[in-house]
Amino acid sequence: MKPAPFRYVAAYSLDHALALKAEHGDEARFLAGGQSLLAAMNFRLAQPAFLIDINPLRDLDYVRRGGSVVRIGALTRYRTLQRDPVVANHQALLAEALPHVAHPQIRNRGTLAGNLAHADPASELPAVVLAVGGKLCARSVKGERWIAVKDFFTGPLSTALDAEEMLAEIELPDLPARTGVCFLEVARRRGDYAMIGVAATLTVDAGGTCVAARLTYCNAGGTPVSASAAAKALVGRRISEKAIGEAAAAAMREIEPPGNVHASSDFQRHLAGVLTRRALAKAHTRAMSAA
Amino acid sequence: MSDERHRVATTVNGTRHQRDVDGRLLLSDFLRHVLGLTGTRVGCEHGVCGACTIQYDGLPVRSCLMLAVQADGHEIATVEGLAGKDGTLHPLQQALRDTHGLQCGFCTAGILMTMTAFLAEHPKPTEPDIREALSGNLCRCTGYQHIVEAVTLAASRMGGRR
Amino acid sequence: MVTRYLGAPITRNEDARLLTGRALFVDDVNLPNLLHAAFLRSPHAHARIKSIDVATAKQRDGVIAVITAADMGDYWRPGPLLVPPPPIRDIVFNQCTQVPLAKDKVRHVGEPVAMVLAESRYLAEDALADIVVDYEALPAIVDLADGLKPDAARIHEDLAGNTAAHVRQTKGNYAEAVKRADLVIKRRFVYDRGASSPIETRGIVAEWDGKADRLTIWDTTQAPVVIRNGIAAMLGLSERQVRVIAPFIGGGFGPKIMMFYPEEVLVPWMAIKLSRPIKWIEDRLEHFFATTQERGQVHDAELAIGRDGKIIGVKDVFLHDTGAYDPYGLTLPINSQCTLLNAYVVPHYDSTFTAVFTNKPIATPYRGAGRQHGVFVMERLLDIAARQLGIDRIEIRRRNFIGPDQFPYNNEIIYQDFAPLEYDSGNYGPVLDKALELIGYDKFVRDPTARRTDDGKHVGIGVVFYIEGTGIGPYEGARIQVQSSGRVSLATGVGTQGQGHFTSFAQITADQLGVDVRDVDVVTGDTDQFYWGAGTFASRGAVVAGNAVNEAAKVVRQKILRAAAEHFECAEADIVIANGKASVAGVSERAIGLGELAQRANPLRGAVKPGTEPGLEATNYFGPARGATANGAHAMIIEVDPATMMIEIKKYVVVHDCGTVINPLIVEGQIHGGVAQGIGNAFYEQLAWDRDGQLLNASLADYLLPTALDVPHIDSAHTVTPSPLNPMGIKGAGEAGAIPVGALFAQAIEDALDLPRHGVEILEIPLSPNRLWELIGPHLDKKEAGSP
Ligand SMILES: Cc1cc2nc3c(=O)[nH]c(=O)nc-3n(C[C@H](O)[C@H](O)[C@H](O)COP(=O)(O)OP(=O)(O)OC[C@H]3O[C@@H](n4cnc5c(N)ncnc54)[C@H](O)[C@@H]3O)c2cc1C
Ligand code: FES
Ligand code: FES
Repeated sequence: MKPAPFRYVAAYSLDHALALKAEHGDEARFLAGGQSLLAAMNFRLAQPAFLIDINPLRDLDYVRRGGSVVRIGALTRYRTLQRDPVVANHQALLAEALPHVAHPQIRNRGTLAGNLAHADPASELPAVVLAVGGKLCARSVKGERWIAVKDFFTGPLSTALDAEEMLAEIELPDLPARTGVCFLEVARRRGDYAMIGVAATLTVDAGGTCVAARLTYCNAGGTPVSASAAAKALVGRRISEKAIGEAAAAAMREIEPPGNVHASSDFQRHLAGVLTRRALAKAHTRAMSAA
Repeated sequence: MSDERHRVATTVNGTRHQRDVDGRLLLSDFLRHVLGLTGTRVGCEHGVCGACTIQYDGLPVRSCLMLAVQADGHEIATVEGLAGKDGTLHPLQQALRDTHGLQCGFCTAGILMTMTAFLAEHPKPTEPDIREALSGNLCRCTGYQHIVEAVTLAASRMGGRR
Repeated sequence: MVTRYLGAPITRNEDARLLTGRALFVDDVNLPNLLHAAFLRSPHAHARIKSIDVATAKQRDGVIAVITAADMGDYWRPGPLLVPPPPIRDIVFNQCTQVPLAKDKVRHVGEPVAMVLAESRYLAEDALADIVVDYEALPAIVDLADGLKPDAARIHEDLAGNTAAHVRQTKGNYAEAVKRADLVIKRRFVYDRGASSPIETRGIVAEWDGKADRLTIWDTTQAPVVIRNGIAAMLGLSERQVRVIAPFIGGGFGPKIMMFYPEEVLVPWMAIKLSRPIKWIEDRLEHFFATTQERGQVHDAELAIGRDGKIIGVKDVFLHDTGAYDPYGLTLPINSQCTLLNAYVVPHYDSTFTAVFTNKPIATPYRGAGRQHGVFVMERLLDIAARQLGIDRIEIRRRNFIGPDQFPYNNEIIYQDFAPLEYDSGNYGPVLDKALELIGYDKFVRDPTARRTDDGKHVGIGVVFYIEGTGIGPYEGARIQVQSSGRVSLATGVGTQGQGHFTSFAQITADQLGVDVRDVDVVTGDTDQFYWGAGTFASRGAVVAGNAVNEAAKVVRQKILRAAAEHFECAEADIVIANGKASVAGVSERAIGLGELAQRANPLRGAVKPGTEPGLEATNYFGPARGATANGAHAMIIEVDPATMMIEIKKYVVVHDCGTVINPLIVEGQIHGGVAQGIGNAFYEQLAWDRDGQLLNASLADYLLPTALDVPHIDSAHTVTPSPLNPMGIKGAGEAGAIPVGALFAQAIEDALDLPRHGVEILEIPLSPNRLWELIGPHLDKKEAGSP
């Protein structure tokens, strides 16, 4: 299990990295945390001809607060996100999901941008980012463009980034007042990819009526999956056990998890129902106490 | 594709090393086979078992999921550097011995490099904290119980010191 | 003699090296000019090889050689049959041992087809991609019953079918006895395969020294002596020309036994041919195919029982998956067949098995070695019987226990060591009592609140019993020598894989010779240090080698007494050996250090009396007549979330009896490790093969070894019923932790979810949340299942 040969270049600036990517296109990959890429290369499942190491680009490692958004750089590691007060205060869903991602040693290297660019539908974080909304900055030598999260994930391990582009920044909006969130998953062991996971956001008005909701799932399809109809049906209702149960039942019908070695499609669907109910209940409690 | 050679200048356990390596050489192989520091073990080469865990700029990482070239300009700590120069074991090494926290010893280096960093951040850990922190290191021999006891013992012997 | 070390929880002598990273494992061996091997492995489970083209691979820079079966000439030979079939009447055994490189056919995914030798492992792997093999895929035999169908594809074409063996063993007359039964229970039980997955994979380094005409092999083997003898014979060398070193081994658990794996046979051969040292280290992906596995049986079992809960007889017909070849003979299914009888009086037994060739990796012993299958069947049958007869599940076990006065107890069938299955000693009742007490059984079953948690989880309790045949022959040996420094050196032929032999053998020696345990230097696993031996398997290291050490130490002790008596001109009876000295009783100034005594026993001048051997040294051997039978009980309290089928073990208890304990710390470690593997086997580890014989989860990300969060705290206790079969009274403890865990999970989860009420029984291992959901989900009411 040794990687196939490739050319390695340590980028010395963002422009350098982008220029190399423009030159080598699909043949080249950025090396961020390496926690997915190098594992795949050791299995020789990935055999890029060219690696552009962006780890030297320390100025891409940041969490910034700007207006009512949180900006996260291309090299910001899970460890940093887990310890950053801005994330804790303004991106509770991300904060809640991060401990489920792998183990401390891997979180010391892995990056959010690398995770999203890798676009593994089994990963927690694409589902979280989809639930939060926001946009992703794709940058290349030609300039930058912003991609809405909902348009970013195009299939298993594939994204809307083109061959020259880097995912340079992630912009996550603050959640509205009186919003409660919850991330829950069922994984065989701590740190494993989940059999299924759900990210829920629920916003209520002063009277306790739902004004917005989102439900997204990891490991439930080729991309992170959203149960928009089920979530939408909550809007305008007072949140009760019954409303939550109905939403969970609707979500179960709406998603089509494909099944995998650890969980059949049926079991995944069942778990999605269980977790949705639990996550909405918790998000509701949190929304009410945030009020 | 030809392998280009890259200069790596790195500090391992306080000692400077400079070598020319292939771009694709894994950091684990570099430490073990180029520098001869075979105390770091390799059990899976895909990041799961934790045997290859070392500290990179003070943080535990998988050396099988890093390239040797990435050590250039960075500080690395391996199991060989844990005991004192006079041979005094690190409190966690001593505690593992006292509690019989190792059998074949193949997972031990990775556990030491993970849990010494953990103890530095969590001087008074609870058992669930310890088990959680340990969950990224597989041990096939011990069933973990004696390792958990060792970490608890080391924490108390270190008296909350970092 | 005062026992000082025996039975004491001594910390280990070997730990300092392991903890500081200085211990040598096979992959740490680094030699000048080293070549690296990589293997091209079959992507098909079953295919004919039409052609192999290695021309491009040979051209690649850094590649030194590419070898296929066609290049091997006479050296290409099927491997040895490691364990011949036991002498059982009417036995059928079709011997098909593995080949070093596939010739015309591949029989499982991962079977080696070509070997590349290159200047680095990286380059060797590059060259694998250059080799072109033309395969004609054949239907794969994955399912056991399918393999026996008349029209099934034949894995070994010279055989009439895929039957590897057929064995029937009986005791009494079941057919008659069943007529007297009040109740007959029939069930099908399925117990699937597992992979041993030590954290260190296999590996081998071989170096030929042309000047000395000697071959040195560093091998991750549990049986270095056997490997030396076999490799020497294959290569036409004398055993004296071959040195096999099994250095520190990163866990073995069975599959690192003397398999004569293809890599083990090829690497030394090519090292001689090329006159360059060669290394091969199995990578984790290869481990899922290239190392042997275990398990995979389907039992159709029948229990005949009286209304009083007493077993009348058992009939069992089972299929055993031996994989693509059967080099280990019948050890596994015979273990299953014998261990099924467990701790109970079973007057009539009729057991037949058919071992089946499949297109999967070879099955050989892995911790438990088929015993867990037998225990699972018997324990489950008793649980079902108890329920149907309205007898408590603990009570039914008690009623059937072999009584303490019934030993030695002859089961009238043949065990894996070819000896009759006769239990040496035991006292089962107190073991069970202790387990019940520690788990709090009475309190749990009486407490109506114990069965639900506040957050809706279901709680259950389980208690099962097992026996373990351990410490079988043939023999082991040890040489002990007092050095002139006063330190004692000890060598044995067994390999070690983390069981603490460096310490437990030192304890035995230290007690006999009155020295500090830290002053005993143990060498295991180097054939230059000790010539004879069989290996570590079947929980025999402590029993067989431990007794050999004891016997050798006794002789050295005698020599010390004699030499000291001569020195002080007194009677041997007046000599006291303690603290590294021999002294005259009551006259403490008349003392001599053992080192000095050793020097005097090896005089450089003067005449030595005829018949005197120089030095304070002895070699001795021990071979038990039969295996010693250990026993124990496991109990646990488990929480199950009925909505997710996720489990949490709240309490786990092991009470075991492995006779005399040399070092309780080490035995406890063995138990913990065994339970951890048992838990993996019961709930986490499943090899997922598809219908084409492809493994769908060949990585540690998907083949789930339990972590520190999955293995609970284990409370253990032991009772001691010494074995009469060896002077020290030891029984093995290596596998005890793993054997009954499947049975325990099944019982405890059934109990937690109250499955019998739903008409559901757990008859298979491994389980998983998904499998529990399939079995139980449809029966749970929606609210309980957490469904919206
Ligand atoms: C044992 C183990 C367990 C794990 N468990 C989980 C888990 O439970 N959940 C989970 O979500 N993940 C898990 N992971 C994966 C981990 O989260 C990875 O860190 C993550 O998927 C990728 O991030 P990275 O920074 O390591 O990216 P890399 O591995 O460096 O890169 C991944 C891919 O993204 C590309 N890329 C990286 N950065 C950019 C960029 N800025 N722009 C464009 N392309 C880029 C790379 O070229 C590559 O193709 C696990 C990993 C391991 C080894
Ligand atoms: S070898 Fe690096 S995690 Fe297993
Ligand atoms: S002690 Fe052997 S793997 Fe941990």
